Amino acid sequence: MHGTHVTPTVSRRHFILTAATAAGGFMIGIGAPRAAHAGTVPAQPWNDDNGYAPNEIDAWIAIDPDDSILIRYQRSEMGQGSMTALPMMITEELQCDWSKVRIEYASANRNIREKKVYGAMFSHGSQSVRASQKMMQQVGASARERLIAAAAARWNVPASECSAAQSVVTHKPSGQSLRYGELAADAAKITLSAEPAIKTPAQFTFIPRPLPRVDVVHKTDGSAKFGMDAQVPGMVFAAITACPVPGGKLKSVDESVLAGAPGILKVVKLDNAVAVVATDTYWRAKRALSRLQPEWDTGEAGKVDSEQLSKMYRAALDEPMQTARNDGNVDQAFSGGAKTFEAIYETPYLSHSPMEPMNATVNLQPDRLDVWVGTQDAGEALEAAAKASGLQPEQVYVHNGFIGGGFGRRDANDEVKQAIAIAKAVQRPVKLVWTREEDTRQDKFRPHAVVAFKAATGPDGLPTAWSMRVVTSSILASVGVKLPPGKIEPQTVAGLADNGYNVPNMRVQSLVKNTHLPVWFWRAPGVNQHTFAIESFLDEMAVANGIDPYQMRRKLLANKPDWLKVLDAAAEKGDWGKPLPQGSGRGIAICTDCDSLCAEVAEVTVKPDGQVKVNRVTVALDTRYMVNPLTIAEQAEGSVIYNLSAALYGKITIKDGAAVQGNFDTYRMVRLAEAPKIDVYLMPSGGKVWGGAGEPATPPIAAAVANAIFAATGKRLRSLPISDHDLSSGSA
Amino acid sequence: MITIQVNGSPRQIDLEPDTPLLWVLRDVIGLTGTKFGCGIAQCGACTVHIDGKPMRSCSVPIGALNGAKVTTIEGLSPDNSHPVQRAWIAEDVPQCGYCQSGQIMAAAAFLKEFPSPTDADIDANITNICRCGTYERLRRAIHRAADMMKA
Ligand code: FES
Ligand code: FES
Repeated sequence: MHGTHVTPTVSRRHFILTAATAAGGFMIGIGAPRAAHAGTVPAQPWNDDNGYAPNEIDAWIAIDPDDSILIRYQRSEMGQGSMTALPMMITEELQCDWSKVRIEYASANRNIREKKVYGAMFSHGSQSVRASQKMMQQVGASARERLIAAAAARWNVPASECSAAQSVVTHKPSGQSLRYGELAADAAKITLSAEPAIKTPAQFTFIPRPLPRVDVVHKTDGSAKFGMDAQVPGMVFAAITACPVPGGKLKSVDESVLAGAPGILKVVKLDNAVAVVATDTYWRAKRALSRLQPEWDTGEAGKVDSEQLSKMYRAALDEPMQTARNDGNVDQAFSGGAKTFEAIYETPYLSHSPMEPMNATVNLQPDRLDVWVGTQDAGEALEAAAKASGLQPEQVYVHNGFIGGGFGRRDANDEVKQAIAIAKAVQRPVKLVWTREEDTRQDKFRPHAVVAFKAATGPDGLPTAWSMRVVTSSILASVGVKLPPGKIEPQTVAGLADNGYNVPNMRVQSLVKNTHLPVWFWRAPGVNQHTFAIESFLDEMAVANGIDPYQMRRKLLANKPDWLKVLDAAAEKGDWGKPLPQGSGRGIAICTDCDSLCAEVAEVTVKPDGQVKVNRVTVALDTRYMVNPLTIAEQAEGSVIYNLSAALYGKITIKDGAAVQGNFDTYRMVRLAEAPKIDVYLMPSGGKVWGGAGEPATPPIAAAVANAIFAATGKRLRSLPISDHDLSSGSA
Repeated sequence: MITIQVNGSPRQIDLEPDTPLLWVLRDVIGLTGTKFGCGIAQCGACTVHIDGKPMRSCSVPIGALNGAKVTTIEGLSPDNSHPVQRAWIAEDVPQCGYCQSGQIMAAAAFLKEFPSPTDADIDANITNICRCGTYERLRRAIHRAADMMKA
């Protein structure tokens, strides 16, 4: 049986447990096209009226006389479901009727005009839900109390005698009631003397609840508007190629090959790129661009290749490093003469490769700039657009669309800046679209990393000393953030310094070596980068000492009940220890990420020709709390596939300073035939913090699969991707 | 001048014959449900039906299509009621959704040929990429749609 399973916890008193069906799906949404009780969002999720609407109670909520409720959503919907989850949190407190809720993006422009009334608008770090939770609850609670106050004033009774449910305020003693639609205009004028307290999770009655996502219906009939789908009257189409070697400049380009070509408006030269603008189709621009042969000034960076970088990183392992964690005395413990282990692990650059290639559409007028773009941070996009255009932020309108995959890529605004530069040159509204090749090669990659481990184990076979040393590059340097001197960059040691294992002497260090290649946040950035290494190395020790890898982890996590719970669940549900045919094996791995915990068991078959098939993956995920278990399960499934593509095939190779891989024929993705069956077990444990859901199931899969391959073949993989290794029987 | 039927309406296209159908649909006709993912017939995001057959429109020049009947995601059903669409909604398949027009068009054509598909049939014939990794639900939705079509 495959699908999603939820373990209710005691604090989930009101949790509507939805049993997994025989087919494994939640029993919801059946009887399509649409369950009648669902909230909605328009197919075009942005607001064309500069972010305002009639009948507003405040910047977040408008209630029409017919009781329909508009809730604004300030983050970014890229498939992770927060466009549904955040309004659900407001609904929890507002006590409104979910079937009457309609959702739209909050306006980044209004956020500027009204002193950041929407707060931070970004979606990364799996933060959309957890970083908004208090604010969403407060927004809903305040509106509810103002509606109650409006009703109490109308009836001339104390507000304390009134209560709200399903969009109706009731005065119990007199039996009177008023609908929200009848109260909204009065409520809009009321200011509360104090903000009401928000509910504790134990008081929730609406969440957690597995509800279908509001955006899904528009994603099955082609109506959902992505940034790519913006249509502006008079718009022209641009294709671009930037210098293949990051940091390089455009030297020259001979435009004469396009002289007289029909439909070509202009060749636009930028500092580090060249674009072709066509009047009627993007195709025309793209094809014309491919006929240009720009010359680039790449400098020394144009001589760099992957092999050199790998050597440089490995050589740097002996250099002095910054220390993130230093428990006990590692050096002394090593000299104790115990059994020691050493290994070096390496992970490559990766491209984000969202399904929707980068694009932006802009309409630049003397006193107003409109930008249509799928962005993970509409606020940052607005600031970047203002700067690039020379307009004031108040004059810039960012219309965020549905986002065709983000994974961390869509907040650098390079496409927005390019589109504005092109619009300046052609004085027309412009839609700029990157080719897939451009999207891959001009990505800001997941860093390349080398990790050196040294460990000693005691008589019981468990590690007594463990040193971890990392050489990688700095994401913050690419972003342009300077750390105070002496402060270690967290992502360089993520997944290592925060490991849960009880080892008395442990030291985690890193050294930043930047190259000309920009690096960026990728799904579960540092944790993903390093979990393959640490969880594989732990397996090496377990196997060499004759300890079952799952039991090894159990022993090292004995004092951490929450870690043990997800580990045990993954092992039990993943049939750990049950016999498998020759050539098959199971692997296990665990991590913490975004304050959540995740353990995974992978079951793998390696065919005699070396082909790897991941048959089945079991995920145990503790996000501490949940709003919508359905979307959390979907995120776990998607995370597994996302990182499985990377583990099996993902690698950006550098040659002459540039990324070699371009399209999906060279940068391979897992397809349906390669997709394992995935069982997700959600087991929120409660506690003080809310964990994230979009990323934590990403990291463990690479190590779980590599460990399973070892179990099946006896071959230990110390670098990714797996496809780089010969696993055929008979190979060394 | 090339004439094609798009979702039942005749369209006269005055563009070079090597222009791929995808860009005619998106940029000329304004049907943006069909998506651009790779441009080289790798990902399937641009899948439409041409005379009933699933085709990757980024790699089909319009010159070859005079008189052809093209169905895009917008024309699959007038109201999201095709069994594949209903199954997709019931299983909550789409995440970012960008690949899903192509997935649905591929699945709808596939089910005509394989009304009772096995998992192996699905593996062999549904080859579109989904970066969000919705494969688990997508597979269930194909089986569900097959059942709905029989009921
Ligand atoms: S865009 Fe046509 S197959 Fe990818
Ligand atoms: S749903 Fe995002 S690529 Fe398939």
